[in-house]
Amino acid sequence: MKKYEYFEVTADIGLKAYGKNMEEAFENAGLAIFNIISDTSDIMSVREIEFELTSEDEVSLLYDYLEELLFYHEVEFMLFSEFHVKIDENLHLTAKIKGEEINWDKHERKTEIKAITFHKMKVEKTDGVKLQAIVDL
Amino acid sequence: MSIKDKIKKVSDNIYEIPGSFNKSMRASGRFYIADEYFDDLEDGAIEQIVNVACLPGVQRYSIGLPDIHFGYGFPIGGVAAFSLRNGIVSPGGVGFDINCGVRLIKSNLKLEDIEDKLDELTEKLFKNIPSGVGSKGKIKLKKDEINDVLDYGAEWAVKNGYGWDEDLEVLEENGRMVDADSSIVSDKAKKRGIPQLGSLGSGNHFLEVQIVDEIYNEEAAKVYGLEKGMIVIMIHSGSRGCGHQICSDYLRIMDKAYKKYKIKLNDRQLACAPLDSKEAQDYIQAMAAAANYAWANRQMMTHWIRETFEDVLGKSAKDMEMSIVYDVAHNIAKMETHKVFNREEEVLVHRKGATRAFGPGREEVPEKYREIGQPVLIPGTMGTASYVLHGTEKAMEETFGSTAHGAGRVLSRSRAKKDYDADEITSNLESKGIKIKATSKHVIEEEAPGAYKDVDSVVRVSDSTGIAKLVAKVRPLSVCKG
Repeated sequence: MKKYEYFEVTADIGLKAYGKNMEEAFENAGLAIFNIISDTSDIMSVREIEFELTSEDEVSLLYDYLEELLFYHEVEFMLFSEFHVKIDENLHLTAKIKGEEINWDKHERKTEIKAITFHKMKVEKTDGVKLQAIVDL
Repeated sequence: MSIKDKIKKVSDNIYEIPGSFNKSMRASGRFYIADEYFDDLEDGAIEQIVNVACLPGVQRYSIGLPDIHFGYGFPIGGVAAFSLRNGIVSPGGVGFDINCGVRLIKSNLKLEDIEDKLDELTEKLFKNIPSGVGSKGKIKLKKDEINDVLDYGAEWAVKNGYGWDEDLEVLEENGRMVDADSSIVSDKAKKRGIPQLGSLGSGNHFLEVQIVDEIYNEEAAKVYGLEKGMIVIMIHSGSRGCGHQICSDYLRIMDKAYKKYKIKLNDRQLACAPLDSKEAQDYIQAMAAAANYAWANRQMMTHWIRETFEDVLGKSAKDMEMSIVYDVAHNIAKMETHKVFNREEEVLVHRKGATRAFGPGREEVPEKYREIGQPVLIPGTMGTASYVLHGTEKAMEETFGSTAHGAGRVLSRSRAKKDYDADEITSNLESKGIKIKATSKHVIEEEAPGAYKDVDSVVRVSDSTGIAKLVAKVRPLSVCKG
């Protein structure tokens, strides 16, 4: 099964991430994000960051989670390639993400993501979980 | 039936969406677009004009400017003003990159003064002004100094040695919105802001060395200090991760607020709050802080540009007369006085991908430009011309003193990557005498000039409808892209 894919949006880029459950789909959405910024196959799991958050609904949880990934990317100056997500029934999310400090001599330099948008953002739960998001570039 | 069938043509390049189009509309919609582009305009962008026209307290018209295209919530190239009595403020009406804007620096240099050194100049500019995804600025802020940046903007920068006192006179808002309050900006936004201060960014942001190619209005050009053949420098940049985070923070806050205040929305991304609410007041202060960050950012880059010219050309920046022509914000919301149904009223004007174009006499315009109206800076795309216009009385009457902000994308980035090759673009530009430096080939392909609408048509419509009048055309000699 495909982990994620992209779709065209005029000014930006859209992503769809798949998983057998919410957690796996969120993990794959993390991969989709960092393959917009760089190429995750070149990113080693050297350092781990842990964060948690709670949101009021599933779509907001996806938004908050993706925003948090961008936050750690910019503030820790890191790229991530490994995502471990736990979500409980109260929409409390715990994530352990692994990656390494940015080194543009080694890592591919693709595109900066400005922000995550709510535009057409979806969490669909039929036959596994499908997530959809559009990011502002 | 398409939404376009209900649209009324007002005059050449001006269209109106009648308030009767939809029961919830509280104002009509009006947009400016080249007649030949009308059919190409996405229905989605027109629907967004209508959605904005349904918001509480919207005044006169929900407006689309000649570069209008689909955005998130509000269209890009959109303007809307809201009454202070029953209106709202919406982060989606400003956009993620708060105070993304353009600055133009002039000089007394001619092509022959830099021709032989253009390669070195471009290389050093690229090196001295950090750009691209995952780039850090090159300064270390002292603890809590970010608060001064957010509160004082370009004033902070000049006080700390980045630029000249007189620079502040020719920046919109003098480079500082006094409403800003760093104490309500989240720690996350500050953390994102600290390492990135003094960096250009990525995507459509650029730094160009340009030459004044054509003068359309001698009198205005003279007042702005521009003449044909002059070397100028243009910066297009914004508030970086700091502004993006402030927008995201308040999208979430407003997402709760609009439900709390029972505001009906056609799109979640129009999330907003009544102007007299705490949420709205906090957003206005935080947005102003992000705007200040962007002005400090462009001010620091100005300083490094001057230093680089000094280093390469062996003369002082003062001797090269490298003063700022003007600096405009094209993603911002501001309290301004405008004529609403024959009465002067204070309103909150949202400009998202729109440039203020205040006409003659307005006190917000620097004194030396006041007789002509403010300079309006409209950047082109990589390798194409950019334009200087002046604000007009017509803009004051029709668009709350606003005009277009740029070209507007027509091809998606993935499509542009498929259609264009970075090496080909680079050699094509070089054959036209334009040097390009970029952090990656991706950005060159994604930003291919063909991926954008023709900026010439955007400017032509601004000029012919009178919502800004042409002063000068500048063309790039070298381009730095993030």
